[in-house]
Amino acid sequence: MKFGKMKTHRRNRLLLIAFLLLGSGTAVALALTALNENINLFYAPDQIAAGEAPVGHMIRAGGMVKEGSISRSKTDLKVQFVISDMQESEVTIQYEGVLPDLFREGQGVIARGELDANGLFLAEEVLAKHDENYMPPEVIDALDDAHAKANANAGKNVAPTGSTSSSYKSGEGYE
Amino acid sequence: MIAEVGHFSLILALALATCLAIVPALGVYQRRVPWMELASSLSVGAFVFIFIAFCCLANAFLANDFSVAYVARNSNTALPIAFKISAIWGAHEGSFLLWILVMASWTLAVATFSSGLTLDMRSRVLSVLGFLQVGFLLFLLLTSNPFDRTLPIFPQEGADLNPLLQDFGLIVHPPMLYMGYVGFAVPFAFAIATLSSGRLDAAWARWSRPWTNVAWAFLTVGITLGSWWAYYELGWGGWWFWDAVENASFMPWLIGTALIHSLATTEKRGVFKSWTVLLAIFAFSFSLLGAFLVRSGVLTSVHAFAVDPERGMFILIFLILVVGGSLLLYAVKASGIRSEAGFDGTSRESFLLINNLLLVVATAAVLLGTIYPLIYEGMTGGDKISVGPPYFNKVFVPIVMLLFIAMAMSQRTRWKTTPIPRLIHDQLWPVVAATVSMVLFAVMFAPSFDWVVVGTNIIAMWIMLSLVIDWWQKVANKTDKVASLFKQSLSYYGMLLGHLGIAVSMIGVAVTVYYSVEKDVRLEPGQSVTLSGYEFTLVQMNQVQGPNYVADQGEIRVRYDGEVITTLLPEKRLYNASGQVMTEAAMDDGIFRDLYVALGEPVDTNAWAVRVHYKPFVRWIWFGGMFIALGGLITAFDKRYRSVRRKVHVPAVGATA
Repeated sequence: MKFGKMKTHRRNRLLLIAFLLLGSGTAVALALTALNENINLFYAPDQIAAGEAPVGHMIRAGGMVKEGSISRSKTDLKVQFVISDMQESEVTIQYEGVLPDLFREGQGVIARGELDANGLFLAEEVLAKHDENYMPPEVIDALDDAHAKANANAGKNVAPTGSTSSSYKSGEGYE
Repeated sequence: MIAEVGHFSLILALALATCLAIVPALGVYQRRVPWMELASSLSVGAFVFIFIAFCCLANAFLANDFSVAYVARNSNTALPIAFKISAIWGAHEGSFLLWILVMASWTLAVATFSSGLTLDMRSRVLSVLGFLQVGFLLFLLLTSNPFDRTLPIFPQEGADLNPLLQDFGLIVHPPMLYMGYVGFAVPFAFAIATLSSGRLDAAWARWSRPWTNVAWAFLTVGITLGSWWAYYELGWGGWWFWDAVENASFMPWLIGTALIHSLATTEKRGVFKSWTVLLAIFAFSFSLLGAFLVRSGVLTSVHAFAVDPERGMFILIFLILVVGGSLLLYAVKASGIRSEAGFDGTSRESFLLINNLLLVVATAAVLLGTIYPLIYEGMTGGDKISVGPPYFNKVFVPIVMLLFIAMAMSQRTRWKTTPIPRLIHDQLWPVVAATVSMVLFAVMFAPSFDWVVVGTNIIAMWIMLSLVIDWWQKVANKTDKVASLFKQSLSYYGMLLGHLGIAVSMIGVAVTVYYSVEKDVRLEPGQSVTLSGYEFTLVQMNQVQGPNYVADQGEIRVRYDGEVITTLLPEKRLYNASGQVMTEAAMDDGIFRDLYVALGEPVDTNAWAVRVHYKPFVRWIWFGGMFIALGGLITAFDKRYRSVRRKVHVPAVGATA
């Protein structure tokens, strides 16, 4: 594979371009396939309640952990709780394992898992941020949307409840 | 008062940095030597005032000056003194001040250790660094002033530092990381300087190489520390999450790795010149992109700083300015560059080309996964997604496996040309020996036979054997073998050590990922759980009082073959000031395995959720990282960078483009 001296430069450049095309082509194909298989869409509680979320697919759901909704098994680490959008929609989540430090009632959380045929959300992972003042942006949006819809439905003469997510700000975490 | 001194120092530093960006550059174009000579003193001046500002903020923390808003948010009178120091960089404003201090230190270092450069080149480099300082200082002063006061009504007590950050790891992790991130500004400045002067030669590579290697070594240390810290502090036993912010530090590292290899090739053989310049520009651009992703809040991440669109916008504009400007300069100036030497398809140059190509592709894959949520949200009008770790594992792992194979093969190749029979012959023994030993090893010791692990270990062993053989061949035909050991260059030993580190990390990652065992269990005092032959018994729960927290502490006795080997004391802490709960995992560490225990939450009157891990070879990941960093550092102290500097002497000033 010895190249002629005169044209070494041009051949090298050709080799380089061929390599680049081959490499990036393969990589792009690989990456896009993998990407499509591994994106997890986020659904708000009202979307899940309305049946918009697919059953049996890995998705994410988020909302506030409802007060008094956490129930634990007496023998193992199974736990069940309800997340809500602070309006009418709620989703029941089942999880087995250790919950994050900042998981508690009234806290915004995101669960990753699958919805079963009965509308129960089987979580593989529950995330709460490492900061007590932090609300995941997805959850803020979900609560705000639900709040806006509730207001629109109730007509103009209903004053805002004042307890929506707008009072939360995405806080500082750590680096 | 002292806080105002700090604020004022920053403004003075901005003035000096502005002069540094403008005066020496003007001096170059108008050929005024005194203007060019100002660069060094301006660099010193900017550093001094930034250092004063940093000390003022440190003072505010040590003196519990809660009238400074940043201190009130991130400190507390009960905070131990070491954490008061590290709290300086515990949140956005202070950590950016640290970033700027690091930037000024690099500039100072360049001004001090670049006496071998021509005055012209030196002025250009320092001007570019000055320009970057101006951007960073403006950002700090306009959007994130750490000296803002809460007057007239200020809190009597601070809100305390985030408990996760009250840890040794955080004291050292950010400074190391920033040394790396910001350090890439130096090769960037060299690249811009050399492009603007129109003299892109091998001397340029020789100048930037030691700087790049040192910056890259620091970044390696920073990432390794971050991974270790996440492992023991987050309580999940994970060491890499493909989190957006981790990726933000990993992308410049990947490009930086490509850069140090391509710089070596440019220095030794005079090829890849324009490509190397482009990599130098991109390495720093990725550092800036990282800063943007972390500090703008556009991505959901466990690391995210305060969300502030104004800050994000500022960095984005600066990023576009820097990247756009330098690429424009590149487009105009780099087209005429020609390589001096040819090489064939199996030469060392070709393998280095493959290295660069694969690293760039790997970076692109990580970038795509990191920003895809943004793209998706933009395209669908607000639908939110996250990209899971399986994406990164599926795409990244095959690419780096190819990279590792190329690395193993290239170890003994020659510059310019390697005859193919020789290339194949060189691989034969290492591959056979690696395969036999690793398969035997797996059959004898591994709990189950897994080809992914065995394959990875074979490649790692192949790399190590090739390194040893290469080393031996360099020494074997010398009459005095011991003396010749010391005669090999430091950059050669740096390479050996760095590549050894990669092999060590590979083994650590593969074994940990495939053979770790993890169990979440419910334990009452007296109950136990068995994992990989280790029996963990919860003896009792204790109450512990810390300096600024109270904790529930589990006393967990670990037995193996009936013998007590250790007692682990994991804690669940409640921090007084913030009311925040935090897990403090406990581990019994060893070279071949870690035992890791973390408390979950109380699940009944006296039962606790407990997570236990058995993690074989997990420390190898970080040992490898340290070897890699040390390798990068050693290379920079090679004799030839010192001697060459004295030789490359000041041709006449001028010859501007």
